[in-house]
Amino acid sequence: MIAIIDYGVGNLFSLRCSFGAIGAEAEVTADEKVISSADGILLPGVGAFADAAEKLRRSGMDRVIKEQVKRGKPLLGICLGMQLLFDRSYEYGEHEGLGLIKGNIRPLSDVLSAGVKIPQMGWNSLSFVGEKNTLFRYLNEGDHVYFVHSYYAADCDENVTAVTEYYAKVTAAAAKDNIYGCQFHPERSGKTGLNVLRAFCEIAEEKR
Amino acid sequence: MLTKRIIPCLDVKDGRVVKGVNFAGLREVASPVELAEYYSQSGADELVFYDITASAEGRQIFTDILKETASKVFIPMTVGGGINGVMDFERVLSCGADKVSVNSGAIRNPSIIGEAAKLYGDQCVVLSVDAKRVGGKYTVFAKGGRENTGIDAIEWIKRCVSDGAGEVVLNSIDTDGVKNGFDLEMLSAVSDAVNVPIIASGGAGSISDFIELFKALPKVDAGLAASVFHFGEVKISELKDEMIRNGIPARKE
Repeated sequence: MIAIIDYGVGNLFSLRCSFGAIGAEAEVTADEKVISSADGILLPGVGAFADAAEKLRRSGMDRVIKEQVKRGKPLLGICLGMQLLFDRSYEYGEHEGLGLIKGNIRPLSDVLSAGVKIPQMGWNSLSFVGEKNTLFRYLNEGDHVYFVHSYYAADCDENVTAVTEYYAKVTAAAAKDNIYGCQFHPERSGKTGLNVLRAFCEIAEEKR
Repeated sequence: MLTKRIIPCLDVKDGRVVKGVNFAGLREVASPVELAEYYSQSGADELVFYDITASAEGRQIFTDILKETASKVFIPMTVGGGINGVMDFERVLSCGADKVSVNSGAIRNPSIIGEAAKLYGDQCVVLSVDAKRVGGKYTVFAKGGRENTGIDAIEWIKRCVSDGAGEVVLNSIDTDGVKNGFDLEMLSAVSDAVNVPIIASGGAGSISDFIELFKALPKVDAGLAASVFHFGEVKISELKDEMIRNGIPARKE
């Protein structure tokens, strides 16, 4: 079972449905017992970083996630949920993240020239970095996934597992040991996206 | 490289998909859920659902359809029709919509755009505009293209984007239903005025109309159509092949 962390950020309807579509069990929860009995943890998120980070702390989910990850439980962060895995974000100020992967979240406008549309919204292709990460076991180089974001993970070269080309090389995914993050939305990326979730469920079962 | 999006649009009334020709003479096509699944499998990049029912029962059927679609189709969904306040945003977002499109609701009450953008983010708020040339000016029409508001379309779009609309669907009433190509002139004027994704709508009759659109206007991000897809005049997989042959970035699954 995959525990989808419910901390009051975003709507989890389609995410839950996407696990249903691959025949996996997933529960939207903020219950520590349920999370500790899960095979894997999914950290979703849309909206502003500061607000989401605050809600994670206030709900105590930050501590629960860190403890579970330390015990080796696989964790997948999606979109803002991925950004929260890093040390800090520079979205409207400076805000602390979970610090599970080294790096900072910076505005796309830092690396894009004026006139380029922000957010990056739409389907873009993945280029794997280094040896193909196990989360992408069913994907091929160049597969398209769906992005909606104005900020990206920077200063994290050693942990980047895939990039995408949006007028600059932009972090599309990162991983460190049992911690995985996707800037794109697997639950909105058709078959390719479902295959990312399928791989994550398998990773979670393998680690059980 | 970000691909150009191909978006079938489903007008839903009383649980069925319809498509008006020049906004009149509604014809029934198929079950929305089935059609959505079919489009997703044939390579559509996104789906737009417009709720054109007026009754409360119709609205309930529509949200049931959204939920069922969201449990079977895993590409982005934009929902429009009958969006008059943030409560309507909440209603469709909780049924699996990713983006919400406002049209007449924003004309009646423009503050809805800013309010929704603050709550759900700019990327969630899509401004849909029906525009037509009146006395040499692009003019906004309301109520599915039946009512001339007298509002200048370019000024309207600029205002809504600065209020927080993260994407614009521009439907040209002049070319809609004619199947003789998109309104390149109007689209060009709009894409020069704002720096958010622009979705072209109205006038697609063949694959070459889409190719012409993306070649002539690199700032346009997506092409939207209904009847050419519903009646199989344009097959999305063939359209994607043709885009790739023409050097237009496109997604093939």
